[in-house]
Amino acid sequence: MQIPSAKPKGDAVLAEITNFEAMAFRLKQWIKSPRPYLMVAGLLLFLAVWYMTTELFKLPRFEKLPGPVAVIREWLSEDPSYGISIYVSEYYLHIIKSMMRVFEAFGLATLLGVPLGLFMGWKKVFRDYTFPIDETLRPIPMLAWVPLAILMWPAREAAIVYLTFLAAFFATTLNTLLGVESIDEVYFRAARCLGSKPRHIFFRVVVPGALPYIFTGLQISMGVAWFSLVAGEMLAGEYGLGYLIWNSFVMVQYPIIVIAMVTLGFIGWASSAAIRFVGALLMKWKVREVSP
Amino acid sequence: METKGNGNAASGRMVIDSISKSYGMGPLRQKVIQDCSFTLEPGKLTVLIGPSGCGKTTIINLLAGYEEIETGSISIDGKPVKGPGGDRLVVFQETALFPWMTLMQNVTFGPRMRGGRNSREIEGDALSLLQKVGLGDFRDKYPTQLSGGMQRRAELVRALINSPRVMMMDEPFRGLDAMTRELMQEYYIRLFEEHRITNLFVTSEIEEAIFLADRLVIMSYRPAQVRTVMEINLPRPREFSMLTSKEYLQYKKDALEILHEEAMKAFSTGTATCVADFLEAYSEIEEKK
Repeated sequence: MQIPSAKPKGDAVLAEITNFEAMAFRLKQWIKSPRPYLMVAGLLLFLAVWYMTTELFKLPRFEKLPGPVAVIREWLSEDPSYGISIYVSEYYLHIIKSMMRVFEAFGLATLLGVPLGLFMGWKKVFRDYTFPIDETLRPIPMLAWVPLAILMWPAREAAIVYLTFLAAFFATTLNTLLGVESIDEVYFRAARCLGSKPRHIFFRVVVPGALPYIFTGLQISMGVAWFSLVAGEMLAGEYGLGYLIWNSFVMVQYPIIVIAMVTLGFIGWASSAAIRFVGALLMKWKVREVSP
Repeated sequence: METKGNGNAASGRMVIDSISKSYGMGPLRQKVIQDCSFTLEPGKLTVLIGPSGCGKTTIINLLAGYEEIETGSISIDGKPVKGPGGDRLVVFQETALFPWMTLMQNVTFGPRMRGGRNSREIEGDALSLLQKVGLGDFRDKYPTQLSGGMQRRAELVRALINSPRVMMMDEPFRGLDAMTRELMQEYYIRLFEEHRITNLFVTSEIEEAIFLADRLVIMSYRPAQVRTVMEINLPRPREFSMLTSKEYLQYKKDALEILHEEAMKAFSTGTATCVADFLEAYSEIEEKK
């Protein structure tokens, strides 16, 4: 055999760099770069502007808004004057109630939307049946569904979850469909040519090929789920962060509004991060590392 | 080195008998392939060459069964060919390695799909083939972590491991840089000389064509027909030193004369790209003389 060997010289060196060392190195570079300081500065600037407009100078139209000092004091207080702080169990009840609803709606939307999208993309006949309906229903704003949701469901709880589900469902289905359509024809040909049966093609080409789009869809779906949830809770809730915001407005307990808003921000960010994390686990092949 | 499926060397005779294909509807209908006939001899490497855009990929698609022929017939070892099948494997122009599978998973895909053998056996075969093309250390890498040349080699292995009767290569080294391309040609010719599976290799590069071929099929411009069939009687194993031999240069000159005529025809029908491609190749040999 006279095939020239293409042994990678750098391979041994690369293997010695452990994951931990690489992470430590990246962290060090990050601290050396201006990025973390700009982030902190941006945050401080935002708080300063908020403080000056609402609490220091009490500008017109701003004087009624809760300032950062009032909000943070209330939030961290063991004995909050409006009844909501990190020491009060009711605060967590609202959070858990909202999270449960999103979890139910998002889970259902994923369980139904992903298979539906995959089938729509895979079988053209099925797509032709369903796509026009999907495309017509999808752009309808979730708030427009509120009356029907209330008429359809006997309990308010179900109506809220239904609204949240609808928004998430359309986003998931459409992105999954686009994901299947994004798969290059050449992979189907290669799979068939290598002797795959249809079910092999479905599980080894359609599903993994659509995965990047599916996860983009799930992130969008999570975003719109929170959006619809808050809208639903404001209209018809008894518990939940959306209800808390609206109720505090009605009851003139303004600092709580901001506490609930910021809480929503953090939970939304965390749920997106969780989806990205699962996505990265399932799509190791998307990670581009230094090729040895 | 003992390889499975060497019995294929005796079979894998593919006869293409006056096939035709048109595209488009109504008045726009255009004949792309017309009465095209040639034979792939068992265990031989046939190279199909012609100006860009003459319909070479269409011929591959017809032979692979992805598209249907209008007239004529295609048969392997006397049996007519219908639809895609495991007896013919195609290595595509662009990489078709599944990006979501490791190299090993990609290479063992075909045998796993067909079943019947245990995975350790399959992986053993795959590894020995991967080592032969210098990819043994990369078995657990994903395609995006490999260079273009490595991907092409992996694809060769993925096709070869199935011991098909006929392997079809659709301009597999296109887009690689000159040095990688040369390396790929060497890997490819060694694998072919070892396994002797009937091969059809499509290219628009004359030097590559003559270096690899037992038989050179030169296509005309549209509608594509077989213009000439040249037997290339250079000794095997092929070495790059042959590229300067008298015989080689004579083959090249003969082939280029025919291709030149075809390019001129293409020029008169007004397709600029293929003419540019061709003139570049042609002027090269003129300079060397």
